[in-house]
Amino acid sequence: MMGFISYLVNGISLGSVYALIALGYTMVYGIAKMLNFAHGDVIMIGGFVTFTAVSGMGLPPILGVLISVAVCTVLGMVIERIAYKPLRGASKLAVLITAIGVSYFLQNIALLIYGSNTKSFTSVVAIEPLSLADGAIILSGETIVTILACIVIMIALTSFIKYSKSGRAMLAVSEDSGAAQLMGVNVNATIALTFAIGSALAAIAGVLLCSSYPALTPYTGAMPGIKAFVAAVFGGIGSIPGAFIGGILLGVIEILGKAYISSQLADAIVFAVLIIVLLVKPTGLLGKQIQEKV
Amino acid sequence: MKMKALSKNTKSNLITYGMVILAYVVMEILTRAGMVSSLLQGLLVPLCTYVILAVSLNLVVGISGELSLGHAGFMCVGAFASAFFSNYTKEAITVSGLRFFLALLIGAAVAALFGFLIGIPVLRLRGDYLAIVTLAFGEIIKNVINVIFLGHDSKGFHISFKDAFSMNMEPDGEVLINGPQGITGTPHDSSFLIGIILILITLFIVINMVNSRTGRAIMAIRDNRIAAESVGIHITKYKLLAFTVSASLAGVAGVLYAHNLSTLAAQPKNFGYNMSIMILVFVVLGGIGNIRGSIIAAVVLTLLPELLRSLNDYRMLMYAIVLIATMIFTSSPGGQAFRERYSLKVLFGQKKQEKEAE
Amino acid sequence: MALLEVKELGISFGGLRAVDDFHMTIEQGELYGLIGPNGAGKTTVFNLLTGVYKPTDGYILLDGENITGKKTIEINQHGIARTFQNIRLFNELTVKDNVKVGLHNHHTYSTLTGILRLPKYYKVEKEMDERAMELLKVFDLDGEADYKASNLPYGKQRKLEIARALATDPKLLLLDEPAAGMNPQETQELMNTIRFVRDEFHMTILLIEHDMKLVSGICEKLTVLNFGQILTEGETSEVLNDPKVITAYLGE
Repeated sequence: MMGFISYLVNGISLGSVYALIALGYTMVYGIAKMLNFAHGDVIMIGGFVTFTAVSGMGLPPILGVLISVAVCTVLGMVIERIAYKPLRGASKLAVLITAIGVSYFLQNIALLIYGSNTKSFTSVVAIEPLSLADGAIILSGETIVTILACIVIMIALTSFIKYSKSGRAMLAVSEDSGAAQLMGVNVNATIALTFAIGSALAAIAGVLLCSSYPALTPYTGAMPGIKAFVAAVFGGIGSIPGAFIGGILLGVIEILGKAYISSQLADAIVFAVLIIVLLVKPTGLLGKQIQEKV
Repeated sequence: MKMKALSKNTKSNLITYGMVILAYVVMEILTRAGMVSSLLQGLLVPLCTYVILAVSLNLVVGISGELSLGHAGFMCVGAFASAFFSNYTKEAITVSGLRFFLALLIGAAVAALFGFLIGIPVLRLRGDYLAIVTLAFGEIIKNVINVIFLGHDSKGFHISFKDAFSMNMEPDGEVLINGPQGITGTPHDSSFLIGIILILITLFIVINMVNSRTGRAIMAIRDNRIAAESVGIHITKYKLLAFTVSASLAGVAGVLYAHNLSTLAAQPKNFGYNMSIMILVFVVLGGIGNIRGSIIAAVVLTLLPELLRSLNDYRMLMYAIVLIATMIFTSSPGGQAFRERYSLKVLFGQKKQEKEAE
Repeated sequence: MALLEVKELGISFGGLRAVDDFHMTIEQGELYGLIGPNGAGKTTVFNLLTGVYKPTDGYILLDGENITGKKTIEINQHGIARTFQNIRLFNELTVKDNVKVGLHNHHTYSTLTGILRLPKYYKVEKEMDERAMELLKVFDLDGEADYKASNLPYGKQRKLEIARALATDPKLLLLDEPAAGMNPQETQELMNTIRFVRDEFHMTILLIEHDMKLVSGICEKLTVLNFGQILTEGETSEVLNDPKVITAYLGE
């Protein structure tokens, strides 16, 4: 029982990371209607920037995280400006392939700078592990911080979108970008802002992920990226609460699957659950049903 | 007018076949003359594999209009089913041609079966949801194959999903599929010539299917599902048909691939979503729905990193940049306007002809 | 026996009653109009007749056969073909291939025959080509047979849609606003074509239209729909002079 609870908490922690990444996926999808395959690699860049700042330059961890967020925010906007903006109005596939190109690009830049050897990431969390139920359950500092960070970000992001002018502009663009433009919303600026926020979240996710799982390589972001994408679809792509729920569920399923069924099949289980959900609810848990009008 | 259009279509297809045959002849001559590096020689069979994969994926992505990100999964199934067969019958069937032929049929059939079974649920979904679910299936296939241990001894077959030891085989037993280590000792039955023949067969099937009643129905569904239904086209049947045939041909590519290697293991590199994406890149860069384009893109994009080998660490970076630049140049509204203004045809004053053709 | 007999047809979307107690009898060879203000439920009736929506009440008999609740494909095979308000062509296919898709269920060979190019393939394809060209000629589209459908001008796209529907060899042809977006001259041509189709193919036609000139010019009978219910029905001239109809269109 205690084992189950600690697996569950670990699952929620991993799920929190997925949720943060999935938020970036889902926001960009909602607004630019594109699958940003390079999103996972922004996580990896976030990890490497923090690694350089903290382990390389000896800066305090919190500063390292801030630098990482700043770098990724700018990176996200630059990627959008150079690679995706010219393709606005092009076919979805063309944008997808470009995103794949960007993903290769980021991986290979990291490969050139840092090489292919695994870097050992020093955790940025300096909180003592929390011991519950007479030591039967031990929560690491990373776990606590990750879950808390995810909750805080979720609340902040939801209120930003609900109450701020830019947030409402984002909603308007995701609903109907043409109409939003006619109503005076600056669509380009809104899309750029979405990429900025998504990438900033990816940086935070990268730092948290690497703090819990310290092996850092140029390909670190790929699999969590895909999983977060799955989480976003799982919850209903385009839906922010959906990304949150999808991320958490995915993390929990993965950790429980690893613990109780088979560690090698954990990924297969995650994907199988996704398939089952989509077959029952073809647009995900919280996705909108779209019916074509005849 | 009618005859002209018909012959134009046929001519274009003949050029495609001719191009493949010519490529074979040229490579054969160059190889005999000792002008082909061993590196390039080693690439020939994989190249044929990629071409078959690209052409068959085009059937789903281009002709049927569904984004599939799990093509490597079907290749994986075909590869493992056929390698298992060849390994098991290595002693029983000594004629390598016959054995390979049977392996081919088995690989194609098993992949088709998977395509059919996976297609039934998947094709109910649309667009990006379909894409992610095909990706998921591809990953599941790869994952599951990595935990299969299958052996054979005097008592028959033994299977385990844990490790080779728990199969409880007799000492004389032979491990045929060894989990993550996969299958070793598959007879080396593939060759460049066989690869070329398989490409031609793939082209024959895909091109003839597209230019038939079946192909028209599939493309009609792609262009307008509701209208297709209104004239009595069975949506599920034709989508499933395209998906199954495509999967089966990917299985053929897998057979070719497996019989070119002594060790076959399902890794992210060869059977993961990365491979599926690479094939998709061939299809999109070659022009969606354009069969010949798929072939050219598969060859060029496979050779490009090799040609850039002198750039060492920079070559994959170059590849990424080329990919992004090509997409922006060919697909963005700005790039298209640029091409129209400065196209070769305009430069050579052939604009008038183009107008007439319209 | 009437070709089409509809009784007590109704459908609700959630709580909204989109069409209620709809009935209609069309005799073989009639040219019948379904009119009414925007949002009256005309296209919904078409969608019910073609199986896009399943009716919540009532039944539909085509040539004596009950086709209520059947799927679109089955209904097409029973003999109802349609065009769409917003044109739905197979844009990337040629004009001729659009019609050949319509011939799909009448000239058949298996997929394998197609791949292996057996003699039957050539024979059936030739029949299809000939039939398609015949149909295109009726609509004066034979010159554009090899154009991409999306490259046709608007008026010709509407005609191609009718040709494609006719290719399925229907008993009843449903035209959803065939004259929408056409200028008076094109509309006049279309009227002639519709009449020609009726006479030449002995076709029964039910059409939705807002262009009163077309409606009064070719329809023999009309049903007027308002707020999902039948306002009136009968001979065209009587219906169009009915004060209720004028009020429905123009308001009080």
